[in-house]
This record gives sequence, C-alpha cells and structure tokens, in this order.
Amino acid sequence: MSETILSLRNITKSFGDNKVIKGIDMDIDAGEFITILGPSGCGKTTMLRIIAGLENPDSGSVSISGQDVTALPPEKRNVNTVFQNYALFPHMNVYKNIAYGLKLRGLKKDEIDKKVKEALELVQLPGYEKRMPDQLSGGQRQRVAIARAIVNDPALLLLDEPLGALDLKLRRQMQVELKNLQNRLGITFIYITHDQEEALNMSSRIAVMNGGVFEQVGSPDDIYERPKTRFAASFIGDANIIDAKIVSADKECAIASFAGGSIRVCGSSLKAGDSVALSVRAERISYSDKSENGFDLEGVIERHSYIGGVLKTAIKLKNDQELTITGSNPTASYPVGSAVKVYWDPQFAAIVEGGA
Amino acid sequence: MKKRSKFAPIFVALILFLMYLPILVVIVYSFNESKYSNWTGFTFDWYDKLFSNKAIGASVINSLKVGVTSCLLSIVIGTAGAIGMNKSKFKFKSMLENLSLVPIMIPEIILGMAYLAFFTFLDIELGFTTLIISHTMFCIPYVFINVQSRLVGIDPHFVEAARDMGASPVRAFFDITLPLISPAIISGALLAFAMSIDDVVISYFVTGATTNTLPLKVFSMLKTGVTPEINALCTVMLVIVWTAIGLGLALKRVRNLQSK
Repeated sequence: MSETILSLRNITKSFGDNKVIKGIDMDIDAGEFITILGPSGCGKTTMLRIIAGLENPDSGSVSISGQDVTALPPEKRNVNTVFQNYALFPHMNVYKNIAYGLKLRGLKKDEIDKKVKEALELVQLPGYEKRMPDQLSGGQRQRVAIARAIVNDPALLLLDEPLGALDLKLRRQMQVELKNLQNRLGITFIYITHDQEEALNMSSRIAVMNGGVFEQVGSPDDIYERPKTRFAASFIGDANIIDAKIVSADKECAIASFAGGSIRVCGSSLKAGDSVALSVRAERISYSDKSENGFDLEGVIERHSYIGGVLKTAIKLKNDQELTITGSNPTASYPVGSAVKVYWDPQFAAIVEGGA
Repeated sequence: MKKRSKFAPIFVALILFLMYLPILVVIVYSFNESKYSNWTGFTFDWYDKLFSNKAIGASVINSLKVGVTSCLLSIVIGTAGAIGMNKSKFKFKSMLENLSLVPIMIPEIILGMAYLAFFTFLDIELGFTTLIISHTMFCIPYVFINVQSRLVGIDPHFVEAARDMGASPVRAFFDITLPLISPAIISGALLAFAMSIDDVVISYFVTGATTNTLPLKVFSMLKTGVTPEINALCTVMLVIVWTAIGLGLALKRVRNLQSK
C-alpha cells in the first residue's frame, strides 16, 4: 500500500567552496511525517529547497511519485512549501493568497471559493478571507501559509521551521494541530526543525542531519533509545557519552573500563582491546549505595536542580567527567557531596562508536 | 516625552509664510491691471492673453510630449536596469551602481554640453528626438534609484512562493514583483516627469530652432521683460501642480482606508 513518494539519490550541493550537502539518499513513503533535524547550518534548508526545485543539486537525482524531477522548475513539481517567514504576498488579502495557486491552475471561480473556504476551515480561520497579511498575528499568518500550501493538494508538503517564530505555548498547540492535519489529509510532510522536542513529538521518522549528511534515519524511538552516532546521541535529549576500552568479553556482554571506573557493555562481537563510545540517557542512570549489574563506578553528587518538574542531578566521576541524571532519588537521601555508586541496565546504553 | 513649545506652530507658520511669499506675490500680480509693480486694479486680462497666446500653447504641448515620452522610456529602462542589477552578482556591481547615479550629480550645464557634442558627433538633427533622448537619459537615475531601493527590501521568498505554487518566472514577475515595486516606479516617474517639465539648461543646448518647451519659452519671454502674462502662466501651473499633489494624497488616503 505504501508507495514511495520521494526518492533522493546521492544529492550533493556546494555554494562556492562550501560543500553544503555531501551525498544524501532517502526514500519516503506516502503518508509519512518525516522530520529533518539538525543544527543551523547543517544543510537542512538547502535540502528542502532542492526537493522544492528552488535550488539545483550539483549531482544526484530527485524523484517524486516515480518521476525524475531533477531538471524541472518548482512550478512543474507537485510539491508545496511553507516558508520559514511564511512569505505571504503582502499586497494580496488572505483569500487571494490562498487562491493564487488555484487560479494559476485555471479553476473556476466557484470552485476556488469552495476550496479556499474549506482550507480556511481546516486551519481554523473561517471568515478571514478579507484580511491583509499585516493584520494577522504570527500564529494566524502561519495558518494562512499552511492553508495556501495544502489547498493545492500537493503530493508532498515541505515545511521549513514553520513554528520557529512562535512562542512556546502556541508552538506546542500548533504541533498538535499540524500532526492532526497531516493525519486527516494523508499528505506526506517533510518538516525541518532544529527543535528535538518538535521532532520527537510529531514525526513518524526522523533524519538527524549534521555537516551535510544524514547521521541517522529512524523512528523517534530508534533515534532516542538507539542512537548510532555520537552526534545523534548528543543532539537529542540529555545523553552521557562515555569513551571506554573493553577489558574482557564473553558471548553477549563485556566489561569495559575507563579512567572513571569500569562498566558493563552489551552488544554483539565485542573483543578485548576494542575502543567503544557509549551513549546513556540521563533517565536510564541510577545511583545508590550499592553497585549493581557488575558496575564499578563511583562518583560524588555535584548538584541537584529542578528542570521542568524533573530533578536533574550532576555526578562527578573519578576522572572528573560529569554525568547528568534525571529523576532518580529524592534529594534528601543523597545531599550534595555524598559519594554514590553509579550504574545502569546495559541494554539501555547504545554503542555509538566502535563495536558492531 | 519632550515638552512641546507653544511657539512651535508659530515657527512653522512663519517658515511656510516666508517660503511661499514670493509665490504669493506672483499670484497677486497676475491679477494686477498695471504692467508694472504698482497695483492699479483687479483684472483677468492677463489670463485672457495667456490662453490666446498660440506660441505658449504649443510650448506646453511640446513640454508634455517630451515629459511623458521620456518619463515612459525611463520607467522601462530604469526598472529593467534595477531588476537586472538586483538579480546579478558580479565584481564591479557597486561601482556600476554608483556610476549609474552620476548623471544626477554632474552639473546640468556640463551634461547639456556633452549631449550637444554627442548629437553633433552622431550628426542627429536637433529637435524633438534629441530632447527626448537627453531627457530620458537624465530621468533614468530617478526611476533606477527608487526601484532599486524598493527591490532590496522585497523578500525573495515572495517570488519563490509564487513559483512554488505554479507560477512561471514571467507570471511571478507580473503577479508579485511588479505590484510590489509599482509605488517606487510611480514615485520615481513623477520625479523624473517633474525634472523633465522644468528643465531649462539641458533643453537649451539640445533643442532645435523650431522646438520650444515651456521653460524655454518662459525664459525667452523674460528677455523682453516680465509681463503679468508670465505671472498668470505661473499661477496656472501652480494650480495644476497643487491639484495633482492634492489628488495624489487623497488617493493614498482612500487606498489606506480600503486596505484596513
């Protein structure tokens, strides 16, 4: 049932000497909500512009619904974009902005009227036809920009950090609305953001982008629990990265040591002498008076702080590395300065470097 | 907030009065019976004479022809230039931009001489054609500057959004870019028109023996002494200009109200 709607093959793009996209491959199925997540300057907006046809790749190909569109200009692609600053035409009212694409396709007046009305209802702005863009609030402009894009019934909707300019409360509300809208319309969304919360919250798949390549593509669960690279682990959530060396290994698990102590690592084909880097989520780490799971890791509580209703604790290890731990024990039982044993369930530590 | 002086309105009134005093004198004297500067009685005679003066009528027509034609030409050339400049990136761009404004800064008398030398060199007969060519040349920068500074302020995403929704590059220009720069084109063109209508120096050099524009006609009439006829002419022109400005402001207000 799920047909491939977009295929990217070995896309590269440079601006002068600056290689922005360094070989990207991806297949996206119809109805997916894909988020490209990355820091600013990682090439995610350029990637989106290449899909829209606003930028030409130096090499590689873009196919939409099985048709190679690499050489086609944006107006010939069945793709619509919601721009970062909305780009509503300032000299046209809301109705004309939304109707623009339909008018170009030569639809009849009453048909256009009907579609514009439907689109405005869909984004919860009925009756706003006569307003000019400068008479709308940020959130309303955002909705009009979305209505203007979806009214054309695109195979693919591209959204370039559409919620970036809104305040936190409105952003959360719009996240839910966008997700609902996508469910209802069944249009494939490609969503760009640098906000990990947005990405984890809305996407069916996330592509973590850094330095012009996709570091990892996977479900939010995959990306969060099983990061494959050091960058993917550290960009999303509170990850503790530990570099260690395998001391001894049996079939499934191994003991690895580093300057801070020794830990238990599980994963296939670990050999004594290998270097590995582990990522452990802050909420997966425990501490108490007694070590468990074969760990020998000691630390001293550095500080406690409450962040968003969760207790965040910093523990300093023997090698001066700080681990961040969220929501484990009440503060009273381990005040700042107490020495504790630190451990976690090895299955929740992802190997981000070394190993296989 | 700073405290406003009670005298501020009086100052403004005084300055305006001083600015408009000479013009006021011209208007008053256009209704004077006497040819000289002593007031002898009220009359419309000079207006009668003015409107029956065929030479002045012809020069007004000439001025309008030259003004409108050179204005239209400079709109096309200046706008095209500004758009091209806005889209392209090259090494000497800023130098070229500054160079295109030079005609405004060069003294008119030098420009006039240059145009004359140029036309003589190309062996073009002086007259309408040369007037229009030279007026177009000094009008282009006004359109160019206005349109270019407006273009810089237009978000390139507007055109991209139009393309994204299915507009060809030409369609996007007429639907998006042109409406957004049209206020700049109009204000540039109005300035250019005003420059063309009252130009004496350059026109004096490049016009032929038979083609007179209004400023040239007034200038030559002055040689034989100021008659109240000229006062009447000035008054008529002032009324036309003020009406035009008033209409423009009213139009703007109506538009603002409509968009609210």
